[in-house]
Amino acid sequence: MDKPVNQGAWLLVLPVLLIVAFSAIVPLMTVVNYSVQDTFGNNQFFWNGIGWYQELLDPTTDLGGRFFDALWRNLLFSALILAIEVPLGIAVALSMPREGWRVAATLVLMALPLLIPWNVVGTIWQIFAREDIGLLGWAVNRLGIPYNYTADPLSAWVTIIAMDVWHWTSLVALLCYAGLRSIPDAFYQAARIDGASRWAIFRNIQLPKMHRVLLIAVLLRFMDSFMIYTEPFVVTGGGPGNSTTFVSIDLVKLALGQFDLGKAAALSIVYNLIILAVCWVFYTVMTRMDSGRN
Amino acid sequence: MARIELRNLAHSYAANPAGPQDYALKPMDHVWEQGGAYALLGPSGCGKTTLLNIISGLLVPSEGRVLFDGRDMTELPTQARNIAQVFQFPVVYDTMTVYENLAFPLRNRGLRGRDVDARVREIADLLDLTPDLNRRGRGLTADAKQKISLGRGLVRPDVAAILFDEPLTVIDPHLKWELRSKLKALHRALDLTMIYVTHDQTEALTFADTVVVMHDGAVVQIGRPDELFERPAHTFVGHFIGSPGMNVLPAEVAGRRAVVGGHALALARGYPRIGGGARVEIGVRPEFAMLAPAGAGLPVRVRRIDDLGRVRIAKVELAGLPLAATVPETLSVAGEEASLLFDPAMVHVYADGHLVEGEAA
Repeated sequence: MDKPVNQGAWLLVLPVLLIVAFSAIVPLMTVVNYSVQDTFGNNQFFWNGIGWYQELLDPTTDLGGRFFDALWRNLLFSALILAIEVPLGIAVALSMPREGWRVAATLVLMALPLLIPWNVVGTIWQIFAREDIGLLGWAVNRLGIPYNYTADPLSAWVTIIAMDVWHWTSLVALLCYAGLRSIPDAFYQAARIDGASRWAIFRNIQLPKMHRVLLIAVLLRFMDSFMIYTEPFVVTGGGPGNSTTFVSIDLVKLALGQFDLGKAAALSIVYNLIILAVCWVFYTVMTRMDSGRN
Repeated sequence: MARIELRNLAHSYAANPAGPQDYALKPMDHVWEQGGAYALLGPSGCGKTTLLNIISGLLVPSEGRVLFDGRDMTELPTQARNIAQVFQFPVVYDTMTVYENLAFPLRNRGLRGRDVDARVREIADLLDLTPDLNRRGRGLTADAKQKISLGRGLVRPDVAAILFDEPLTVIDPHLKWELRSKLKALHRALDLTMIYVTHDQTEALTFADTVVVMHDGAVVQIGRPDELFERPAHTFVGHFIGSPGMNVLPAEVAGRRAVVGGHALALARGYPRIGGGARVEIGVRPEFAMLAPAGAGLPVRVRRIDDLGRVRIAKVELAGLPLAATVPETLSVAGEEASLLFDPAMVHVYADGHLVEGEAA
């Protein structure tokens, strides 16, 4: 028997379609439209085809050089903060209390950095790390270690990485903690009876239970760190020189500083595609690893 | 080998216990003999699991000592004891194969290579797990998982006692029988001390040679299944074991005579007068209270007769007190009027719940 067909049902999907078109598809297409044109102001546009893309992806050109420099910086930054925040977050989650009033107290303290607006985080660190009036910058310099994030690229990198770790390790820790809480006590008791060492318990009970939340944590932290803008913009403004100019910062310079809408639009599209591609790779690899265990 | 001795053992989860009500486990002395099959029977929350965790070392008792073969083990961690424990919910390390699961306790104790392999295969064979050895722990049925949990205990050559904490709770009924017989067979084959915690009397009575009945943090009776049935040491044991449970009736007892609701009945033993304001009761199981035609014994009013298949149980009232009695096969009950005959040897006297020893003949 054929199912009854009711074409009127399309009407029910229409509102969502309209909202998505209005909020996402049309703006995105506008960007695509800009990326294939050039403008000299006066709202006059000229067709440029894939010219901007060719320039962008060719490291020998001025635009391409800028883009690849910023991209490597971005990848290095993401790799560094993942390498620090994931192990640190796991370690913090493992040492968080499991019962009593301390649980609530710890959770509130841990969530605090996550609740601060991002530009405020930037401002806090911008002041905290200053060598003249900032507690951290002053103290480090008094210890005899030269530290000045406005002049020294290494200091600038240390500052923004420390800031990101301070800001986001809580997120990883809280996610891992949720995974740990789902392990019944009997598992720990059985492990004690089986004579398992601390490491064996971590390896065979805790890590497998955290696997799924870690996947989410890595994805979130990668996307966020790869798109980072506000905090380094507030702290270093991309400097000294271009040493902390990430893709997003460069993008804003291009679009709003130089008003190169075509170049900026092409960069936006490529930037977006890279994030999508890397997330897809992460997700596929980690879910494969997961199913490989079965 | 392990003879497990509990000396003056008590446990309170409160830091400063003020009185008996703060104790999860009230002071007790008990010896678990090497090679015994024990059941620890009692309702939920009576302290069974607390006692088990103290023996296995997961919990350090707040008072008293635990001795294995005379050696004080009270403070020793679980890892250092030759004891295994199987939990209510099966614990299987998901990411490992069945083989690795069984090898885990051995490898943790530093064994390697052929020692491990031989032992794992032997135990897998014993538990019929050999075909599953290379499968992952994940996705196995509950009974297979529970067998793995048990196997991780058995695999250790040093284990002298295995503690079971309601191990069949999550197992399908038709597999319960199978696993329980398996446990019995293992007990006979391996000369291990087994302590089996349960709130199911059938499980306890079929598994154990000795049943320890607990109530409200205290051991109320230790005995063979038939002793628990025929001579409950506490009215709680009478209630808890048997279906329906023992009839407990307020009574006045003097010498060889008890008076219940104005009716006198004979006792097989003589009792001194029980004073001190104690609550005096007599207890008799429905199996030893026979319904008879009116006029033959104590007059009762029949409320209902339940046919349980093998026997018929009558719910009757004796001077307003409800009790259960057996209806003999030959008796047909007409109307409400009937009478009750007790087997005097099976009528017990309790003061404040505890059995009072009578003087025989």
